Amino acid sequence: METYDFILFLKYLAVMAGVTYLIRALPFIVFRKKIENAFISAFLDYIPYAVLAAMTVPAIFYSTASVPASVAGFVVAVILAYREKSLIVTSLCASAAVFIVLLF
Amino acid sequence: MLKRGIRDGIPIALGYFSVSFSFGILAVANGFSVLETLLISITNLTSAGQFAGITVMATMGSFIEMAVTQFVINLRYSLMAISLSQKVDSKFTGIYRAILGVGITDEIFAVAMGNRNEVSRRYFLGLMTLPYLGWSFGTLAGAVCGNVLPKIVCDSLGIALYGMFIAIVVPDMKKDMKKVIVVFTAIAISCILYYIPLFKFVSSGFAVIISAIAASLVGAYLSVKDKKTQTDSHTKVQNLGENIDGNI
Repeated sequence: METYDFILFLKYLAVMAGVTYLIRALPFIVFRKKIENAFISAFLDYIPYAVLAAMTVPAIFYSTASVPASVAGFVVAVILAYREKSLIVTSLCASAAVFIVLLF
Repeated sequence: MLKRGIRDGIPIALGYFSVSFSFGILAVANGFSVLETLLISITNLTSAGQFAGITVMATMGSFIEMAVTQFVINLRYSLMAISLSQKVDSKFTGIYRAILGVGITDEIFAVAMGNRNEVSRRYFLGLMTLPYLGWSFGTLAGAVCGNVLPKIVCDSLGIALYGMFIAIVVPDMKKDMKKVIVVFTAIAISCILYYIPLFKFVSSGFAVIISAIAASLVGAYLSVKDKKTQTDSHTKVQNLGENIDGNI
């Protein structure tokens, strides 16, 4: 890329990285006291599971070139995760399942 | 502590390598240089945000659009940061939070929160180190050999990120019925927002936030209600002169 383009790129990057950093670090720095409220702490405990679930379904079905292939990957991932296989085994086997379905 | 963190980070790092590999492929395909692609990954460390970010850049969107997109997609990190701030030990303060806060991602957060003990600075530093390197080197590898790999391989890797999410969520659902309810509530709302045309105006980033907040509220309500009944039965059992753990 040309120099001008690279400088424009760096400006975009600064905005992108700046927002992403502040959104993580500010709340982390500001919240110092332990939250005593049982409702709020339970709410925060559930947030990661809810976020990951909402991010995964239905987006996972459109994450590859074909929906049937994605469904195959999804099913394989759920079965392996249920059997408590590691993150990497689950995720690579899901990719392998997609690959196999895409071959046919 | 540092060692244990590093060890716990290995599976995340391997997962990140494959996910960022696909990011590298995608970025180069969108006209970014290898250097630019790598710079995005080492300054952001966020999957969904980066995928959205290169779209904004590729379409020459405004800086405002970039800021809002990142804000919405990554707002969940604020919730995680607050959640994590409740779990860290007393030495994990100010400047350490400012530096190590970079490492708050879905997976690192989930693993840190899965620990029985409080999270120390050394543990968290160890935990984020390999995933950070995995994310950076995976991006580099993907960007360099993106043009060489056949499309079918790149496509198959598209699901790797979600496979990792599933591997984090499902095992914990077996232990806690309330988590099952939370997860299915989040999925239901997310599907409603995605499939019902009326909600087309809700961006995918916002859809995640709405689903997650609503589902977690349900979980928190159930959990508080549960504790009350537990305390009641606990008192009754004690009255009978028996000793029982309130967790059952």
